[in-house]
Amino acid sequence: MTLKGARERRLATGGVELCVAELGDPEAPTVVLVHGYPDSKEVWSEVAVRLADRFHVVLYDVRGHGRSTAPKPLRGGFTLAKLTDDFLAVVDAVSPDRPVHVVGHDWGSVQSWEFVTVGRTEGRIASFTSMSGPSLDHFGHWINARVKRPTPRRVGQLLGQGAKSWYVYLLHTPVLPELAWRGPLGRRWPKILQRVERVPAGDYPTASLPSDAAHGAWLYRDNVRARLTRPRPDAYAHAPVQLITPQGDAFLSERLYDDLEQWVPQLTRRTLPAKHWVPRTRPDQLASWIEEFIMSVDGGRPAPKATGRHADRFGGQLVLVTGAGSGIGRATTFAFAEAGARVVAVDRDAEAAARTAELSRLIGAPQAWAETADVSDEQAMEKLAEKVHREYGVLDVLVNNAGIGLSGSFFATTSEDWRKVLDVNLWGVIHGCRIFGARMVERGQGGHVVNIASAAAFQPSRALPAYSTSKAAVLMLSECLRAELAGQGIGVSAICPGIVNTNITSTARFAGADEAEERRRQKNSARLYGLRNYPPEKVAEAILEAVVHNRAVVPVTPEARGAHLLSRLMPGALRGLARVEPKV
Amino acid sequence: MTTAVSSELPVELQGFRRVQRLAYECAEAVAARLEPGVTEREAARMQREYLRERGVRDWFHLPFAWFGDRTAFVNFRIPLQFFPTDRALEPGMPFILDMAPVYEGHTADIGYSGSLGVNPVQDRLMADLEAHRELILREVRERRPLREIYENVDRLMARQGYANRHRAYPFGVIAHKVDRVKQRRFSPHLFGFGTQSLKGLAADALHGHREGWSPLWSPYRFSDHPPQPGLWAVEPHLGFRGTGAKFEEILVVTDSEDPEESAFWLDDDLPHVRRWAEEK
Repeated sequence: MTLKGARERRLATGGVELCVAELGDPEAPTVVLVHGYPDSKEVWSEVAVRLADRFHVVLYDVRGHGRSTAPKPLRGGFTLAKLTDDFLAVVDAVSPDRPVHVVGHDWGSVQSWEFVTVGRTEGRIASFTSMSGPSLDHFGHWINARVKRPTPRRVGQLLGQGAKSWYVYLLHTPVLPELAWRGPLGRRWPKILQRVERVPAGDYPTASLPSDAAHGAWLYRDNVRARLTRPRPDAYAHAPVQLITPQGDAFLSERLYDDLEQWVPQLTRRTLPAKHWVPRTRPDQLASWIEEFIMSVDGGRPAPKATGRHADRFGGQLVLVTGAGSGIGRATTFAFAEAGARVVAVDRDAEAAARTAELSRLIGAPQAWAETADVSDEQAMEKLAEKVHREYGVLDVLVNNAGIGLSGSFFATTSEDWRKVLDVNLWGVIHGCRIFGARMVERGQGGHVVNIASAAAFQPSRALPAYSTSKAAVLMLSECLRAELAGQGIGVSAICPGIVNTNITSTARFAGADEAEERRRQKNSARLYGLRNYPPEKVAEAILEAVVHNRAVVPVTPEARGAHLLSRLMPGALRGLARVEPKV
Repeated sequence: MTTAVSSELPVELQGFRRVQRLAYECAEAVAARLEPGVTEREAARMQREYLRERGVRDWFHLPFAWFGDRTAFVNFRIPLQFFPTDRALEPGMPFILDMAPVYEGHTADIGYSGSLGVNPVQDRLMADLEAHRELILREVRERRPLREIYENVDRLMARQGYANRHRAYPFGVIAHKVDRVKQRRFSPHLFGFGTQSLKGLAADALHGHREGWSPLWSPYRFSDHPPQPGLWAVEPHLGFRGTGAKFEEILVVTDSEDPEESAFWLDDDLPHVRRWAEEK
């Protein structure tokens, strides 16, 4: 396999011949992508094409991998010093005058850490984006710190990473790894990647895999023991670093990077809910983060700074919130905006949606748009989705929040009332999940759907038959969808708020009450909710937490948590409570 | 918006206007002297010294200064948290100066919002306060119950996307009455409030209690009455995700039949009003 449209050349250096591929305009800033183990430069094929229209993208096969030749003898031919020589040779050939932006994955990142922390590359590297590969020196210091002061937590961290490194021990045994890779493991590896790591099938890994993996074992044997036992004391980065941490990495603990700030003066952190092979599974997200980081470094701006919590997770992501004109929807939009997400605020009320979008831009959203749509109107939702996908892209997070209130006895609730509340509260969620969720699945790069149910989903009440029914349906819909989408890396969360101070009360319908009575009850319940005074901002925080930790059902407010607990332990008590008619 | 021309103002009101101008001059002078590292305590002292040098001897309340997210009263639980702290000003941080000097027996109570350098969020909040100033004057002229006006201000804030932060003030007031104060040689203060002014407020509260009105304009039932003639220091305070902005100035309410005369802002030549005029 070759990269489409790539210009290849061969470069003789230090006794080996490297295969270097270039894409994009050579006048544009140069990005060097360094691959890991057991890979070749083709691991970057998806990311490279996405970067090629804005950058001069350079990829090369590390010595002994892909179409580069291996050093002879292998032992001692893969030291970090020699890898640095290779890197400098490539950089001098492709970008002799200007420093380059380095991106490394796995062992590509391990060696790039060496590039960015040794003196002789100073001035040749403009920035470094690291994913799934720590500096061996930092790693060594990390271990030392934990061995010297073994608190229970630190011992746990050591043991955790120790267990994740099982393959490193295996690779240190002689001959066996080579035999396995050239034999059965090499044949089965593509299937293993697909099943365990969810790497999409296709033209990756390449045919050179068995020899890549066999040669690459020397990366470990030549460097790991030497560096971990005697880490360099001066491994400070001389360029800004962006660290992308996949949360589900089977080989590297997130804790490895806890002390990184002491080595890197300008560090930008990003986290990604994905497994180890992010260049294959999350190319869109990587390309956008790499681009954003390089632009900010080249523009002389400090690293992008969204101040909110979870900015590492949501920075630059596309988030759509329905019912964003007020209450929980608006607060949620703001919370995502503060975390640096690009937000689409959807509401029936155009003016309110515009207001939400405008304020979102002020507090950190790089881009924010207002859209007007009624979630219960399927055609309107289709049109909205068509526009969103065409102009802004596929969603990373969808928040189905729009909902209306309806109170009153079952027999006072007309079928028109029922239709209205189900249309918005249930069908709105169904349309959202179906239309936007389908595109998320199709893209195959993960995502998250948040549905706002309610504590009424598990707390029955004689006063809220229709509303509770709609919300119970939303809860079950979320659970079923969660099961279906789990395999695609798309999370689904149902949020169940209790009594939250929003204007749902002042727009709620009270079945069986005339207009004056309805207005009186709206006013009274608004006052009661005001006295309870649980702010929607706290629900928004819970929503972000739910997405970050991929929680299934999240009751918010103490009464909702209590009811959730009772529904499992003492459902009888809830039934008793359901008979009480609230006086409003 | 109209205000009676200065020459038409009774001597009494001219005194109030003089002290309100003095207070705003103080706020602008102190704001100009703020720089990174200045603490709230220092900013409060600057205000106090400026006004003492110009003859202020008594206070409705001592000057306050709030920096950063304290402008939005984030996590305020007890009234003691209003007092100035050692929080230091940083570039881009919003701040609010709030002072209530008594000069020659006339009281002013003003609030001045600004930021060190550019703060787009606070700029937006300040711009959006204009609608509140208009709404309050309009509805006071319509003689609506104060409680209802309070709720309408609340609704406007919610529509704008902001939180009501004057609710954090004692009794959640959006405004309170101010009046003439007797000049005494000895004018102690209690929890930051001048005893002479507190006495006046207490006397008003007692009268009001008998007649069915209150000197405090709050969201509660005791404010369910039409505007009471007198001078009201009105202070709508908006909060948005850790940034706050307010203005505070005196609204004159009279018992005149003519709507224009029945209520007017004591002075329209104030920093925030000038700012809105410039932006148009």
